[in-house]
Amino acid sequence: MYDVAIIGAGVVGGMIARTLAAYELKICILEKENDVAEGATKANSAIVHAGFDAKPGSLKAKLNVQGAKMMPKVCEELGVKYKNNGSLVIGFHDEDKRTIENLLERGIQNGVDGLEILDKDELKAIEPNISDNATAALYAKTGAIVCPYELTVAAIGNAMDNGADLRTGFKVCSIKAADAGYEICSENDSIKARFVVNAAGLYADEIAEMVGDTSFKITPRRGEYILLDKECGGLVSNTVFRTPSKMGKGILVTPTVDGNLLTGPTSVDMDDKEDKSTTAEGFARIIKEACENLNCIPFHKTITSFCGLRAVGSTGDFIIHSPRSGFINAAGIESPGLTSSPAIGLMVRDLLMEGGLVLREKGNFNPIRKPMHAFREASDEEKNTIIKKDAAYGRILCRCEGVTEGEILEAIRTNPRPSDLDGVKRRTRAQMGRCQGGFCMPLIMKLLAREMGVPCEKITKRGGNSFLITGKTKEEI
Amino acid sequence: MADLVIIGGGPAGMSAAIAAYKKGVRDILILERDGALGGILQQCIHNGFGLHKFGQELTGPEYALQYENQIKELGIRYKLNTMVLSITKDKVITATNGEDGIFKLRPKAIILAMGCRERSKGALNIGGTRPAGIYSAGTAQKLVNMEGYMPGKEVVILGSGDIGLIMARRMTLEGAKVKAVCELMPYSGGLARNIEQCLCDFDIPLKLSHTVVEIHGKERVSGVTIAKVDENKKPIIGTEEYIACDTLLLSVGLIPENELSIGASVSIDKITGGAAVDQDRQTDCAGIFACGNVLHVHDLVDFVSDEAEIAGQSAADYISGIKEENIHINVETDGKIRYTVPQKITKKKDVTVYFRVADVYRNVKICVYDGDTLLLAKKKVKVAPGEMESIKLSEDMLANCRKLQFKLEEVNA
Ligand SMILES: Cc1cc2nc3c(=O)[nH]c(=O)nc-3n(C[C@H](O)[C@H](O)[C@H](O)COP(=O)(O)OP(=O)(O)OC[C@H]3O[C@@H](n4cnc5c(N)ncnc54)[C@H](O)[C@@H]3O)c2cc1C
Ligand SMILES: Cc1cc2nc3c(=O)[nH]c(=O)nc-3n(C[C@H](O)[C@H](O)[C@H](O)COP(=O)(O)OP(=O)(O)OC[C@H]3O[C@@H](n4cnc5c(N)ncnc54)[C@H](O)[C@@H]3O)c2cc1C
Repeated sequence: MYDVAIIGAGVVGGMIARTLAAYELKICILEKENDVAEGATKANSAIVHAGFDAKPGSLKAKLNVQGAKMMPKVCEELGVKYKNNGSLVIGFHDEDKRTIENLLERGIQNGVDGLEILDKDELKAIEPNISDNATAALYAKTGAIVCPYELTVAAIGNAMDNGADLRTGFKVCSIKAADAGYEICSENDSIKARFVVNAAGLYADEIAEMVGDTSFKITPRRGEYILLDKECGGLVSNTVFRTPSKMGKGILVTPTVDGNLLTGPTSVDMDDKEDKSTTAEGFARIIKEACENLNCIPFHKTITSFCGLRAVGSTGDFIIHSPRSGFINAAGIESPGLTSSPAIGLMVRDLLMEGGLVLREKGNFNPIRKPMHAFREASDEEKNTIIKKDAAYGRILCRCEGVTEGEILEAIRTNPRPSDLDGVKRRTRAQMGRCQGGFCMPLIMKLLAREMGVPCEKITKRGGNSFLITGKTKEEI
Repeated sequence: MADLVIIGGGPAGMSAAIAAYKKGVRDILILERDGALGGILQQCIHNGFGLHKFGQELTGPEYALQYENQIKELGIRYKLNTMVLSITKDKVITATNGEDGIFKLRPKAIILAMGCRERSKGALNIGGTRPAGIYSAGTAQKLVNMEGYMPGKEVVILGSGDIGLIMARRMTLEGAKVKAVCELMPYSGGLARNIEQCLCDFDIPLKLSHTVVEIHGKERVSGVTIAKVDENKKPIIGTEEYIACDTLLLSVGLIPENELSIGASVSIDKITGGAAVDQDRQTDCAGIFACGNVLHVHDLVDFVSDEAEIAGQSAADYISGIKEENIHINVETDGKIRYTVPQKITKKKDVTVYFRVADVYRNVKICVYDGDTLLLAKKKVKVAPGEMESIKLSEDMLANCRKLQFKLEEVNA
């Protein structure tokens, strides 16, 4: 019997787990995919929003501002890259200027510090590559960027190091009331827990329905991105948004914490919660608008494109409440959900406590996790000390990102352990560079097979049937 | 320490080392990131190497072995599993491996021989899903030929570069069904002989002016939608065709791996993607030379070896301080001829200039001018981007020359 079961291993489930891991509790995280961070968490803009955007008084506004303030410390403890690069909302004409003034007003109401309006010259002075047509901008000094999947891997890893369990490949199909709690079932397995937290992203409405809560619906909204080579990461240092209009928020351009340039997202309402395909129209729109924001973006330096689905809740705000005794929803967590996640963790903890969960702090809780990129950032002398102990750190497998065999093995052996190629990719950046795994994929496949004690035929890209090879040569003639 | 460090132990690096050795350099070190010498040839187990150089058809590994044996006989040093991390302008090399850790070298001369990598799917912006089963042709080649694994059973190949064509045959021989090779351009980027021997002989359809517009399949590729393209290479609506398959191989171009060169502030030719060099294959950083696919993408390894010999000999001259009379002639092109290597000439001696054309042209002559003076013209029935051309200029042609212009002109019937 667990004290708390958390459904969904995205950044929200992860932050809730890590928050609760500080207390004397038995915790289990249930995830339907083969790895953590496989939902919206792996494909978003990765912005720690300053908080001027959300409607004053909403949960989104409150948790955004609170989460953004917590983020630097959380990232430091978890050894996750965080960069306070600043955000700009640029405007092109008078109507934009009025919207920018309204955003400033909103930001002040929401409690955001350090907002200011820049004129054209001031804007150009801090971002020389901004379009010559931009006439004004809202400048949010507290805007920042993080790596969302690294944050989630680290949060869940830290929760596990402090005793939490993770079950991947556990797709919750039904929830039944059971003695003093719930029985949570997948197709062929079940666990019991006194309290259940629903952080199932796009499927949070279906999970809530399992306990009879039909008070909200979640619909998917597609967001496509194009990611450019590290050569282009220096084109801007701030995150550059357009002024929101009736047409929506528009395409942003931002550096990532790893030094690439990211542009997107599109915004298209969908029916299918699984359809993460990209489209020619989406690419065309990203390229057109991004090129309006900046003077010159070399899109021929594109290294990959991807798509994330926003979990849009029917209430217009985050849905965080307890509809049944012992059952908490953390649903409708669209943007700024990544930013808000540490604050959502606290809010869910408090709701659990109100619902009767007794919280006793663990004496030996360790909030610190060794950074995943510790080796990469060490000095040459430090690296040589490590290589002397373990030669695998001297062998580079991923040429483009310079990732060593030692780092990959370390990732494979660290909580939460990856069991597919994409999992290794998100933890180490191997296969994330300009050749996209062309060279190192076969090597990583073999390493993973060896570590997991299975043949290469069993290794997948992303769980399920995403097998990499179909068998041995000559076998099939 | 070493007088000469060669980065890359493929055919270019090995030939360069041997040539430098034969010219008297003894302190040579080859750094290779792979576990063996031979470079990309290790995975090219098909025939067709060495026809020019050895007068017989060898496989890739056989061709490489000829050089590897010489390296060993001559006692030229090499370090395997060793990755060069950076080079500076003043020729400080930082590298790493499991035995030495991170170490630095400061040789008198450096030869860049890092080869090229394949363009990945990312750069193409193909819409649809992102399942498993999408490989660059070279990765598939490595899986099949080196690891003994089949990347899939029903295959569509995008791009008709040579590796794609070779893999069409290879996968077929291994029992896979290659359903089509789609090529965006109205002509193939591969060698004519490969189209004959790898596609025609196996009845594999080559669909020119076609591209993949959408990828299907959630976990593993389940199919692709292809479409015909117009003269601007835009897909024509209504020509879409769905092909069921479990694998998409990409053979959409090779990119010289010049991140290290750029770090050393070597000037790069925008068209070749490699360093801009003189007839000695010396870059604009004195003492840094380049050869092989890192300089420009070659179709035949024989020419790589030739080029590397030039670089090796020149590096030897550079190390022993030999200087010849310096001139400066830029080689310019007209666009129909896309590029030349070398891009400039600094010595008065016979030189062979290599180049590629931008499109398929028939009945043309390649003309070399100095200003308005025609120095040389060579007739060709057909030239194509997939086949590298060369032309030899003699010392006396260069005598009073200030600027060389390469032009492609029509031959009136
Ligand atoms: C802030 C941020 C920064 C990112 N930075 C990077 C980055 O630097 N580099 C990077 O690659 N991605 C980067 N990504 C994208 C990253 O891959 C994410 O996981 C992304 O969210 C993709 O999810 P997906 O399901 O669409 O694709 P995933 O399944 O995670 O990855 C698909 C990628 O793999 C490639 N691919 C598919 N099949 C093959 C194959 N068989 N062989 C080789 N390649 C194949 C595709 O081209 C595609 O790019 C970033 C994402 C974010 C949010
Ligand atoms: C295009 C886009 C851009 C965004 N940009 C930003 C931004 O810049 N800044 C910001 O702060 N926020 C941003 N967001 C929002 C942010 O990404 C999300 O709020 C956040 O990732 C949500 O995390 P989550 O854990 O709730 O959901 P998810 O990451 O989707 O996690 C839910 C998990 O639940 C699992 N699950 C679902 N059903 C079941 C089941 N039945 N059984 C077991 N497991 C199940 C899923 O597999 C998934 O792993 C953006 C979102 C999108 C889509």
